Amino acid sequence: MSEVKRYQVVLFYSVSHTLRAEKLLKKEKIPIKVIPIPRHISSNCGVCIRFLEEHREQIEKALEGRVDFDSIHSFNPR
Amino acid sequence: MSNIIYFDNAATSWPKPKETLEAMERYFCDIGASPGRSGHRLAIEAGREVLATREALAEIFGTGDPLRIVFAKNATEALNIAIFGLLKPGDHAITSSMEHNSVMRPLRAMENRGLELSVIPCSLNGELSPDDVVAAIKANTRAIILTHASNVTGAIMPIAEIGKIARDHEVLFCVDAAQTAGVLPIQVKEMFIDLLAFTGHKALCGPQGTGGLYIREGLENIIRPIQRGGTGSKSEFEAQPDFIPDKYESGTPNTIGLYGLGAGVRSVLDRGVEHIRNKEIGLAQHFINGIKAMPEVVHYRCGDISKQIAVVSFNIKGMSPSDLTLILDETYGIMCRSGLHCAPSAHRTIQTFPTGTVRFSFGYYNTVDEVNFSLEAISKIISSK
Ligand SMILES: Cc1ncc(COP(=O)(O)O)c(C=O)c1O
Repeated sequence: MSEVKRYQVVLFYSVSHTLRAEKLLKKEKIPIKVIPIPRHISSNCGVCIRFLEEHREQIEKALEGRVDFDSIHSFNPR
Repeated sequence: MSNIIYFDNAATSWPKPKETLEAMERYFCDIGASPGRSGHRLAIEAGREVLATREALAEIFGTGDPLRIVFAKNATEALNIAIFGLLKPGDHAITSSMEHNSVMRPLRAMENRGLELSVIPCSLNGELSPDDVVAAIKANTRAIILTHASNVTGAIMPIAEIGKIARDHEVLFCVDAAQTAGVLPIQVKEMFIDLLAFTGHKALCGPQGTGGLYIREGLENIIRPIQRGGTGSKSEFEAQPDFIPDKYESGTPNTIGLYGLGAGVRSVLDRGVEHIRNKEIGLAQHFINGIKAMPEVVHYRCGDISKQIAVVSFNIKGMSPSDLTLILDETYGIMCRSGLHCAPSAHRTIQTFPTGTVRFSFGYYNTVDEVNFSLEAISKIISSK
């Protein structure tokens, strides 16, 4: 049986911030995906960045001092 | 030579690089969506391109963080955000007598609400003395608001020097770069610029309806927005977001325009600001040399050619500026602008108020042949007077 991939999402203050982060993270070659913010996480309209749990530290480090983010949540598509 | 010669680039640049139109066409045909709102792929793609435009501007102005670029519909709107957002009754502000009405009118309106305003007189050549600025600074001076170059004479202001003075006196420095963004090097950090207003449709080679304001880090905490509304962010709250750029960017943006602006700025970066400047100023110098040899022409010069942009104001003795521009258009196909150029104070300074001048403003696509043709036209007009 294959192991279930565990995802998290990082939320930003705006789409501009999200897409800026997307660009920086892609430059660092961290696998990510921009997705609409899941309803159960926030009622905010807009998008967030989904990533594999094991990349969390790498992502926090890459964003530090470059793009402020709002919060990180665990996210597992059912 | 085609039958149109366009010497009105200080009003708006034309033609534009083909990349500008191609980017706008790409948006129109393939994207179409609103950035920063919905989460589908077209909306995200539009958002990416709008961000790329901020990044190109951050590069050309040396701002670092691209999110410090706030979009507006032109330099005028950007200056209104800066002036009405920052200044309060009881504050003192300093500006020059060479300003465009996009600076002067908001400042005069604030003066009616209790702002103290010092307008520093410039010389007949439109030169500003930094010593006069220092002498005008008082305990309640909040900001110095200054054009980077005059749209009437082309005179370049000593921006870096005034920036240093502002920083030393802990006064905020706001620059109107409508005439210079894309033709003169601008580095906000080295020049101590706190607020930089730019327009997209002149030398940055974008379409009309684009422009913006660079806001130095931290100033978003003290600059009020002049409009409030939907931003696509913090939608659960009824209060305006307090972070940049959303605080100042309410409503659906001019996405197609921002696609064009991004392509325009990248074409400027590819050509190089230095190269563009050299080409344009070469044409201006050639034209100035030509009219110098005509005793009937009065040129409102600004000292050394290195201290001006490719804008030249002149008159033919005994002929009104509007008559001259009409003949230039109808008989010679030369497009230029006469009158006061939205800058009555600048015309008072160079003593051409209220008649104004004829203004030729050269752009990247003009040629020496066109300049020669215009010199012949002017000399024919003089001899048939
Ligand atoms: C010096 C100067 N400042 C401001 C502006 C205003 O630019 P816009 O009309 O794009 O707002 C112009 C040109 O129109 C200008 O020449």
